[in-house]
Order: sequence, then structure tokens, then C-alpha cells
Amino acid sequence: MANELPKVPVVIVGMGWAGGIIASELTKAGIEVVGLERGKERKTSDYYMVHDELRYALRYEMMKDLSKETLTFRNTEKMRALPMRTYGTFLDGTGVGGAGSHWNGQNYRFLPYDFEIASKTVEKYGKNKIPDGMALQDWGITYDELEPYYDKYEKMAGISGEEVPIYGKRSAPYPTKPMLKTPVLEMFEKATKKLGYNPYMVPSANLSENYTNPDGIARGACQYCAFCERFGCEYGAKADPIVTVLPVAEKTGKLDLRTHANVIEILHDGNKASGVRYVNPVTREEFIQPADVVVLSSYVFNNVKLLLASNLGKAYDSKTGQGVIGKNYAYQITGESSLGFFKDKFNLYAGAGALGMEIPEYTGDNFDHTDLDFIHGAGIRMFQYGNRPISNNFVPDGTATWGKEFKQTSIKYANSWLKVAVQGASMPWRTNYLDLDPTYKDTYGVPLLRMTYDYTEQDHNLTKYMAKQTAPIMEEMGAEIIETTGSLEPLDVAPYINTHNTGGVIMGEDPATSAVNSYLQMWDAENVFVAGASAFPHNSSFNPTGTLGALSYRSAEGIEKYLKNGGSLV
Amino acid sequence: MVDSNKPQGPEDHSRRKFIRNSGIAVGGIVVGGALGSLIPTKQKDKDQSNAEKPINYNDALMFFTMEQFQTTEAATERIFPEDELGPGAKGLGVAYYIDHQLAGPWGMNAKDYMEGPAYNAEATQGTQTLMRRADVFAIGLKGLDDYSNKKYENKFTELTAEEQDDVLQVFDVAKEFKLSGATTKQFFELLRSMTIEGAYSDPLYGGNKNMAGWKMRDFPGSQMGYTEAIMNKEFVKIEPQSLREHMG
Repeated sequence: MANELPKVPVVIVGMGWAGGIIASELTKAGIEVVGLERGKERKTSDYYMVHDELRYALRYEMMKDLSKETLTFRNTEKMRALPMRTYGTFLDGTGVGGAGSHWNGQNYRFLPYDFEIASKTVEKYGKNKIPDGMALQDWGITYDELEPYYDKYEKMAGISGEEVPIYGKRSAPYPTKPMLKTPVLEMFEKATKKLGYNPYMVPSANLSENYTNPDGIARGACQYCAFCERFGCEYGAKADPIVTVLPVAEKTGKLDLRTHANVIEILHDGNKASGVRYVNPVTREEFIQPADVVVLSSYVFNNVKLLLASNLGKAYDSKTGQGVIGKNYAYQITGESSLGFFKDKFNLYAGAGALGMEIPEYTGDNFDHTDLDFIHGAGIRMFQYGNRPISNNFVPDGTATWGKEFKQTSIKYANSWLKVAVQGASMPWRTNYLDLDPTYKDTYGVPLLRMTYDYTEQDHNLTKYMAKQTAPIMEEMGAEIIETTGSLEPLDVAPYINTHNTGGVIMGEDPATSAVNSYLQMWDAENVFVAGASAFPHNSSFNPTGTLGALSYRSAEGIEKYLKNGGSLV
Repeated sequence: MVDSNKPQGPEDHSRRKFIRNSGIAVGGIVVGGALGSLIPTKQKDKDQSNAEKPINYNDALMFFTMEQFQTTEAATERIFPEDELGPGAKGLGVAYYIDHQLAGPWGMNAKDYMEGPAYNAEATQGTQTLMRRADVFAIGLKGLDDYSNKKYENKFTELTAEEQDDVLQVFDVAKEFKLSGATTKQFFELLRSMTIEGAYSDPLYGGNKNMAGWKMRDFPGSQMGYTEAIMNKEFVKIEPQSLREHMG
């Protein structure tokens, strides 16, 4: 029997970036909030032993426990979806801070073009530029409307960076200066400038200098220790909900944060939610938490799964194209790169998650697509993450993969390889979507989420085009051996790619084609807000967190308004 | 009879030698050369010559049988051999590392989704086996001996380095020989990846002895930061440090 708890104004499901930002804003406004987090509590002192590649990077210390819950995957509807049994293409976070604790901290804004992509494409290239099957749509908000929220988010997190003239206009400079331009980044800068590009330091959530944010939170600068992605930051230099928004919320005394609280159902009558049902994964006790407002901020996959499993909102049907929950699932296209092996030895054991440079010329619609067989673009970039030794044993093609030759070659190049990589935008397609699996269930008896996804002609064409641009940069940088990868294989869930999953509960102007409005309020249940990258109608080439953060600030404002006045916010 | 209260120590070496040479009583049971032959002589000799050197109590087995350990040690040494750059898998303690990993949650697939039904997967769907890593590894090790016996009429550890490479190559390619329930490739990938892990993970896990794996590639291990080195145009060599050093 579930234990029914006293009703609260707001219950938030998931305490990562989206949930943390909303909790912080609402509690500052004096609103009582219950935050439910399926994982454990986290604080920076937990990271005393964090410089452990095996435990964190290869045994996935900070990631979701797949034995309890995973998703099933197939490329097309013709295949039988099977569970991703082990990690894995994408690494879902868990615990307080969510993926905001183990991310790299690459923190961009999307382009003005992104928010009005369908109209702008038609306007410039005509209707036929959008191929049949591509589910392109505008976001229901413009860049200018979202700009103040980007600004608020960046000031909270202390984003380090430098302005890019061809990107969206900023109301204020970055709160902190760019990261250090290391010798290898200087090589990239010199090479790309010579080729006519205007490289810039990637905006970073690893603080470049000591910083105190508008909430009065003071954090120290990044030490370039090389343990960012998949790790927590023991210094608190990497912006993470546990060192930014959550302490602010806790200080108000208005946040009741409950860990080990795994929500398995949204309770509702079809028009309005009345609360959530959750299970403690450790003790298996069950609770019902009634609330006036339910906020889902439990990652793309779980947001979609909870809505579908609770039968809230209209499920997407790929045959008719009707319905919205699960629609427009997108990813990011990262199959192309040039790997260069050098004679020189660099200090590559040092680095940071967002220490990198990128060229802006091939992003969005910043280059002419009239004669191209794809839309949107990619960031061409180089990072210095810090080469941890188990995962970084690159050898030139043709080298043995084990034995003396492998050992000697991998050691020879341990500090002597660099990679010019591409991160491309991902367009939505009618055939790429999320729904519930008919066979497999999680440990609570709820069906697993099923992903149907494959790369399309658009993605292959973009890949071929971008790969061509990486090799000249590597040549200019003076690599001894250059290997360029220019083709995309079908998406495979075994090797890690990235965790930039988007869509499934998308925002828009029209309830027929979107699930939430521009405050992330559900069209079908006005007291339910669904925050996170699940709201993106497509994915840009930029890492998603900055946009997710901005939308969360806007959503918090909407929830406050809704608590006062009720009704639909648009 | 073994006296369990008797202090264990250097005296054990002579006992080991005794068992080895005469094949006599262990725990009251008379055993022959089979057990005696598993007791490593090399280690005994080393122990005697370095009587003052502290014993690493972690260098013992929690999962493998002695035979499995020796096969693992031999196979990993071929994957990551000793050479002029430094120690190989054996010198780095990789087989101890693998033993300890297979005994724990990784070997038991504790964080993996292991619910049925199991179907054959398409190439893009990842592993679908419901066998645990520890079982795949044990079956693979037996497979190494079975194949070695079939082709060379000797067990894996008795083969020459070239013959061992040949057997491992066959397992890597996974065409010629089949294991029950798993492919030789599945086992080989596990063996290969765990060898690299054992060579380069923090020494706390039992491999990368004395940080010698890190030293070979100039990896400084766990340092607090690199704000100066990272801006240097020349390569800066930093003495490695392990997590043990954070314990005070």
C-alpha cells in the first residue's frame, strides 16, 4: 500500500539542471517545493577519490543503474527492439545533480535560426528544401524572447567565453573570461585562421577564474586536472546543480529534497495531474505525493516514459503522424573527424571538459545551402580533455590491436595525437521516435522506453560535407599521419557516442503538433510542466545544456504565474 | 594436518617447497604433483631474496583457480608484453587485477539489464548475452586450453610465445573455434580490454604495479591540477601519484 503524504504546491521529478533551476527559482519566490530524485545525495566532498578512471569512466559510477531500468533500441520499425543491456551509446545520469554532475561543461546558446528553423528554411530556400518525412517545426519562441533567460542561466553558472559576431546577439558579455588557450589550441587557432576561419574559445562551464554569481554563490577556478566528463568536480569549478542552484534552494528552507525517490506514475484525471506515485528503490516502500503542480525534469527518456506509462498526453503514432508524446526524437551527428598523429609530444595528460576551440562558419545557416543536399550544419572543433590512459590508446590504421606493436605504438602516441572533430545538428524525422516497449519491463513493472532511430540521408550528406573540412585543418597543424573518417554507420548502441538526446515532449505553438507551450506547460494538462531537452523540436549542433538551462528559467517563471493565476500561459 | 593457529610467514616458503617436491599432505589429504605444480617457484625465490620487502597481501586470488590465474597471466602477457619500454601484463599484476574485477560487481554484471527474453541481436543492438562476464571469462580460459590441446597437444601455458599468439589470434578472429554460449571474440575482447585496464588503472585495483604502467607513457595519475604545465610548450614530465597518496 502506498503511503499518501500531505499535499504540496509543487512536486519536481528529477533533481538535475532543469529540476534544480526550477526548484531554486520557486523557493526563492517563497513557494514550497518537494524535489524527488531517484538516486543518491551528492556533495563535492564525495569526490575526494574522483581521479579514478576505472571507477568513474569505465564502471559508470555516476550513471543510472541499468539493472533497474534501461531502454530498448532498434534502427527501424522492421527490427525487433532489444534492451541496451550495458553502457553504451549514451550515459544517463542519476543522483542529485543528474547529468549536470558528470557533464563536460561545453555550454553554448542555440542560434536565432534554430528557433524559427522551419519558417526560415522555407523563406530562404522554398518549401521543397524540407524533404518529405522531415518533421521540421518552429519552437514557438524566438531567440530574442529567450535571450534574457540565457543571460540569467549563464550568470548563475558563470559561463566562460568570448563573443562570436555571427551568432545571436548577447545582452551582456560572458560572466567570465575564456579558458586558457593552450599550445595545442593555439595550433588549431593558427591553422584555422590561415584557412580563413574565425575560431573562438568554446563557452565553458568549467570556471576560467574565481566567480561569485548573483545568488551569492562563490566558486573557484578550474585546475585543468583532466577529470571532467563522467566525473564530478571536487573543486566545484565545473558548474553543477549541487554547487549552484541547489544550495540556494536549500537555504530558503522551502525545498524538501528526497533522494531514493523514483517516480513511476503521474496521477491525473485526463485534464489535470493530482500528484505522483514513487518508490524507494532501496527499501521498495511506495508513496503518493499530491501536488498542485507537477514538474517533470527527469531527462529526455524518463520524461517521455512517465507520460506514456501514465497515459497522459496523446502518444505519437508514426503511421498517422498524429499525437505528440514521443515525437521528434533527435540526437547529434558525430561520425566525422580527422585524427592526427604528431612527432611532437604535448602535455595532453592535462585538460578540462570544455577546453576547446571551434569554428563558427559551418554552423546553422551561416553558409549557403542552396546547392547542398542537407540543411543546418556543424561545429568543427578541437578539445583538450586530458588523455586518461585506459581510454586513450589511439594507433594509426594498420597497427596491431594487441601485442608488442600495439603496446609500443600506443605508448609512442600517448601524448602525441590530436583530433579535429565535428558535432552536427540532428533533424527530426517521422520515423525516429520514442514509445513504450511491448516486451521488456523495468524493475517496477513499468514497460521500458523503446527508441526507433537511425541516421537519414540528411545526416549522411552533412557528414560527408563536414568530414572534408576537417582534414585541411589537421594538415595545416602539421600532423605526421592523418586519418579522416567521413561516413556514418547505422546508429549502434554499443560504443559511446554522446548523451545529447533531445525531443519527445516538444514545445511549439500548436497543440496538434507539440506537447508543451513555450513555458513548457503541457497543452493537455495545464498543471504539468515538462522541462529538459525533451522540449527541443530538433537538436542543433551545439551541446544542449545552455538551451535547456534557459528554458528552465522561463519555465520557472511560468510555474510561478500559473500558481498565481491558473490557466494556460499562452 | 595444517595448524590454522600457527602464524603464517616465511616458514610457509619451505612448506610450499616441501609440498612441491614431495607431493604430500595438504589439509590431511595426500596430493600428487598436480597441486604441487601450481605453486609458483619464481615467486618463492623472489620472496626469499627480498625477505624485508613488505608482502602485498592483495596479490592473492578471490575468483580464479590457480590454473585460471596462470592461463590469464600468460595470455595477458602476450597482449601487453614486457619490452624495452618496461613491464608487461605479468609484471604489472594484470592477472590479479582481472581476478579481483571478476569477483566483484563488474564480473557479476550487477549494473547491467539481465532480464529475458534473450534474442539474437542485429549488429547495432549491443550485447544480448545473459551470461555474466565472470562466466564468459572462465569458459574462455577453458577454451584457450581446449584449443591449445587440440592444435598443439599441450595446454596454453606450456606453449611457446608464438604458439600462444597464434591461439589468441584465432580467438580474436572468432571463426575457427566456438565456445559454449559465447563467441571466442566476446571472450577475447573482455580479455583485451581488461588487460589495458589492469595496466593503466589506479594501483588500488591490483594492477599497474608501482604505477609502472603510467610511468611508461608519462601519465601523472591523480594530480590536483595542471594550470602551469598545461601552458608549457615543452613536454613537462611529472612523477605520478596514485589515490593512495590522498589517504594521508
